[in-house]
Amino acid sequence: MRAMTCDVLVIGSGPAGLAAAYQARQSGAQQVLVIERNGELGGILPQCIHNGFGVRVFQSDLTGPEYAYRWVRQAQEAGVAFLTRTMVLAIEAGPRVVATSGELGMVEITPRALVLAMGCRERPRGALAIPGTRPAGVYTAGTAQRLVNMEGYMPGSRFVILGSGDIGMIMARRLTLEGAQVVAMVEILPYISGLRRNLVQCVRDFDIPLHLCTTVTDVRGQERVEAVEIAQVDARWQRVPGTEQTLECDALLLSVGLIPENELSRMAGVALDPVTGGPMIDERCATSIPGIYAAGNVVHVYDLVDDVTASALRAGRYAAEYALRGAATGGAATRGAPAPQPTVPVMPGANVRHVVPQHLHLPALDGDPSVVEFRVREPIEEPVQARVRAGERVLVDKRLRYARPAEMIRLEIEATTLQQFAGQLAGVNGLQVEVVRRRGEPQP
Amino acid sequence: MAEQRQFICVTCPVGCTIDATVEDGELVQVQGQACKRGIAFVREELTAPRRTLTTTVRVRGGALPLVPVRSSEALPKGFILDIVQDLRGIILNAPVEEHQVVLRDVHGTGVDIITSRAMPSAEPV
Repeated sequence: MRAMTCDVLVIGSGPAGLAAAYQARQSGAQQVLVIERNGELGGILPQCIHNGFGVRVFQSDLTGPEYAYRWVRQAQEAGVAFLTRTMVLAIEAGPRVVATSGELGMVEITPRALVLAMGCRERPRGALAIPGTRPAGVYTAGTAQRLVNMEGYMPGSRFVILGSGDIGMIMARRLTLEGAQVVAMVEILPYISGLRRNLVQCVRDFDIPLHLCTTVTDVRGQERVEAVEIAQVDARWQRVPGTEQTLECDALLLSVGLIPENELSRMAGVALDPVTGGPMIDERCATSIPGIYAAGNVVHVYDLVDDVTASALRAGRYAAEYALRGAATGGAATRGAPAPQPTVPVMPGANVRHVVPQHLHLPALDGDPSVVEFRVREPIEEPVQARVRAGERVLVDKRLRYARPAEMIRLEIEATTLQQFAGQLAGVNGLQVEVVRRRGEPQP
Repeated sequence: MAEQRQFICVTCPVGCTIDATVEDGELVQVQGQACKRGIAFVREELTAPRRTLTTTVRVRGGALPLVPVRSSEALPKGFILDIVQDLRGIILNAPVEEHQVVLRDVHGTGVDIITSRAMPSAEPV
């Protein structure tokens, strides 16, 4: 087995991995290596041929490939090394990373710091237990996206799409442009789970029927999908009898959720959040194991690549600092490291499903703001206040025009705010993040 | 006669819901936009709606059989399906460069269709 070391090892060359590696070099790490199991760099972006990427990061409206290759060039110019066709098989204590490489055979890498940037996977049919036969023609929307956009295959000619996630809506448009008919999109919730702009430019623009509070209750066909049955559901997701309809189709696409891919994180032994499935991190993207950081969709699923990049730049910076401390103390990164500083938990409060980071340093470790990212449980289509509070004390209070589960909310807590409250927070259990309606709220 | 209409702006991923009052085809009042691009969007939606086109074009001899392409800017919505049809007839020869012009000034719009990435030639087997 070939042995290698480096300062910072990044697993994954999607937008998170690329930004983390780039920033690690900018922050002074000498040897930064990115491992990618695919033959190409860019993660999922090369198949995301639609636009909407980079609006904040580059003040441009780029397609997925344009965004990816811009970051690949930046990382290459910054001196990042890449190992493609290399898949990590195990992460052991150390960290010691074992991978299999098309070029090098088995490799064992002992980095000073590690960034987990493996991204996420789509929820498949097996996880949904949709009744019916098992014919060919049932795909996740992302699989169809790869087939259509990179490999040149049409996976069907008449489609039903289950789920109104962004990938499903994007594919509704894509397939229509390629001459297919999208018979219907069905969504089990009473609202869409993707961005509103996609409802307009992918579904309404092409007169594709959208059925809310509806799901697929049967798949029919022997060798190939021939039809699906759809039915309305009640608030408990139970079928409403008498609402069944049969839709003839030859393909069913599933766009019903993305799941952070954390088999390796589990193997490494980092603490995972049961709600997100991803590592628990602090405001510096550090996991429970010193020297291991995580960023991007592996932590929790983002809506916008720009936010993935922002979180990964943080991870890269702090992974580099950790690695440099280790280099300065002759190898053992924990030797000479400052004593662990106290953190407080950051917990979901009213109407919040989950929050990242799951804990943060209080008082703040430096002058940078701590970014808190979260989603609401239920949509509120009227003005709300998004707050971070510590018991009765309100640290951040931001007015938003509405709050939707499909649109992640981010709040920044200034370091000065944390310093201000640090002294008064003795006995505080942690911070709570909540979203409440403005209506009826006392005006400041 | 004043008419109330609601739009979802597609200019950026925020997708602001914009409520507009329209009188005789003229935009009288608008609210809900987070930036002035939302106002421009509603004006355009009322008169000449535009969309960015992204699709693929076939490549001969490339590492992959397709290269993704995009319109350099948003196009009049009505032309989209025609341009997709025009692109069906095109096969590019690898190697293809990033932002190579595939169709210039489509339908006299001043907008180009360009590649979104490079596509190198396939490696010899």
